[in-house]
Amino acid sequence: MQSNQTTTFAEQINQAQHQAMQDDPAMLAFGLGISDPKGIFGTTTGLAESFGHERVFDMPTAENGMTGIGIGAALAGSRVLMTHQRLDFFLLAMDQLVNNAAKWHYMFNGQMKVPLTIRLIIGRGWGQGPTHAQNLQSWFAHIPGLKVITPSKTDAVAAQLYSAIMDDSPVIFIEHRWLHQQQCETSQIKPLTLRPEPVRVHKTGADYTIVANSYMVLESLIAARKLAELGIDAEVLETAELEPACWQPVYQSVAKTGRLLVCDSAHTSFSVAAEIISSVTERCFGQLKQAPLRLGLPDYPEPTSIALTKHFYPSADSITKKVMMSLQRELPASIQDADEHHSTRPHDVPGEWFKGPF
Amino acid sequence: MNSLLEHYQNMLRIRRVEEAIAARYSEQQMRCPTHLSIGQEAAAVGVSASLTVKDKAYSSHRAHAHYLAKGGSLDALIAELYGKQTGCTGGRGGSMHLTDLSAGFVASTAIVGNSIPLAVGNALHQQVQKLDEISVTYFGEGATEEGAFYESANFAALRKLPVLFVCENNRYSVYSPLSVRQPESRSIVALANAIGLNAIEVDGNDVEQVAAATAELVKGIRNGDGPALIECHTYRHREHCGPNFDDDLGYRPEDEVAHWLARDPVTLLQQKLLDLGASAQQLEALDGKIGSEIANAFELAQVADFPNPDDNERFVYAE
Ligand SMILES: Cc1ncc(C[n+]2csc(CCOP(=O)(O)OP(=O)(O)O)c2C)c(N)n1
Ligand SMILES: [Mg+2]
Repeated sequence: MQSNQTTTFAEQINQAQHQAMQDDPAMLAFGLGISDPKGIFGTTTGLAESFGHERVFDMPTAENGMTGIGIGAALAGSRVLMTHQRLDFFLLAMDQLVNNAAKWHYMFNGQMKVPLTIRLIIGRGWGQGPTHAQNLQSWFAHIPGLKVITPSKTDAVAAQLYSAIMDDSPVIFIEHRWLHQQQCETSQIKPLTLRPEPVRVHKTGADYTIVANSYMVLESLIAARKLAELGIDAEVLETAELEPACWQPVYQSVAKTGRLLVCDSAHTSFSVAAEIISSVTERCFGQLKQAPLRLGLPDYPEPTSIALTKHFYPSADSITKKVMMSLQRELPASIQDADEHHSTRPHDVPGEWFKGPF
Repeated sequence: MNSLLEHYQNMLRIRRVEEAIAARYSEQQMRCPTHLSIGQEAAAVGVSASLTVKDKAYSSHRAHAHYLAKGGSLDALIAELYGKQTGCTGGRGGSMHLTDLSAGFVASTAIVGNSIPLAVGNALHQQVQKLDEISVTYFGEGATEEGAFYESANFAALRKLPVLFVCENNRYSVYSPLSVRQPESRSIVALANAIGLNAIEVDGNDVEQVAAATAELVKGIRNGDGPALIECHTYRHREHCGPNFDDDLGYRPEDEVAHWLARDPVTLLQQKLLDLGASAQQLEALDGKIGSEIANAFELAQVADFPNPDDNERFVYAE
């Protein structure tokens, strides 16, 4: 095949599941709508046809009970993957997740394992509003016993999901809806069995460390290009796994640059950004040239109206602006009003392809 | 025939509102997920016929019909879809979070099963405060799969709370048929009765059946006999979320779709009225009046101001 063939984030997620189902004949996959004609934005299409409706199935609207059922099956020896079209819907299952899945291996002194992966999709735009767009990644990351993976790039997402599924601990796998259409050349795809890096260095730079995860990685990379034009050499790192113990590359980067901005795709207070900054401060206090900064969502619920969300999500421009201001550098006119949206498309869609409503 | 005409007017109004939303949704000015009630109007109208403005209603993601039938402001609904200041939540909640407290429509929420306990809580308040009013909770058959349904029904029965559960069974949750979600022999009514709700099922496309059954159940509830449930068998005509038809996807059997479309609640009632001697002109005049009310609501919504994002931080905590 030609090397310039492309694939999407959603296709890669789909392929990882196919491979995992094939490699582990005891694996189950279920979730609301997983075998319906839309196949969770195409990410589960074909699974039921390939592996049968006993192993791949749509389910009752019963998130809490079904999560417990997933945990029970996992304890018995099935590898389990559950998918939810929105993280918000999964909140019903916090009891099973936190009180059982996360603690079981520990609580029973290592005698049983919970090979469970839960895919959660973060909505954004087109009036998803207060209850269809919440990224509560820090809730999960706060619970000992849960691993949290927040992919951002098509090249690695299949390997990340495959490794999450094959992990014998419970993993929360958080996908941002605006990433599903992201393209990549197939030749760039990481092999499924390659152990994914917890921190990915997407751009090296000497002046400034920008750390982001999930969708914010894309905005950070655009910002880094802009900053380069403005004479600032930023390093962009992705914390794909939310585990401070594996953030060594972040600490090394800040030790080098002395400056840190963390971009979060969740509410700012008590966030992953907060954890990254305190972990960095604990380890690199002496090397910091200025107070570390964070940029996240405001600490109020997301309103629905397009008129109310213009400033809700940080953008590449707001990242650029934050960095420039922290360096007391003059802002170019084009980003003076960084919170204003410059592109010709409305700010509540990722591209022309997105016409709502879901 | 007078009450039938009234039902017809209320149902037709909801139908035309939803059709107008569908017709204009592609203009991309109503930018929020929107679940239309087309095909399910009889349940909302038949139930509301037994309610007073003091009674309090809660609903789910598919709430336009319940809101309108309860007397919710049409202007505020349309403005909400347009994300305007004059919307029923000033643009904060969108189609899935409606409210009109002056009409006794407390709220609709977007998480399946989520508002059922709230209505039961409202009924607890009504009982303890000895209020002369009842609560109503609208939900789809999918919501009966959530634990919140059982837990709420149990408590309502335990305390004999004044609450009516209205289950609109349209056989689908998004594209998922009942067959992948509930056992074939399941009767929601039998289940509800076993929990302790006074439950009956009706043809939810026949507004007279809905209204008569609700009247009976509500009488008992007001009488202190405890909670009840009405299951309305019905069908959604368009896609789960959004303005279009989606039967090209093939998730609903063709004969099933044809069966239900032939039993359109609005057409059924219209035919009945004509049979009873209503004149076509009379019904057309009604339609015309509704049409101008709706056109006006859209005009108002379109010229209304957007809310000011400077106020986004208001109401995070009680003021
Ligand atoms: C807890 C939860 N799970 C899933 C969803 C996604 N969802 C929105 S509406 C819907 C269908 C529910 O079906 P039903 O209750 O029968 O209502 P209908 O749409 O048929 O009116 C689903 C699954 C949600 N909003 N909340
Ligand atoms: Mg339904």
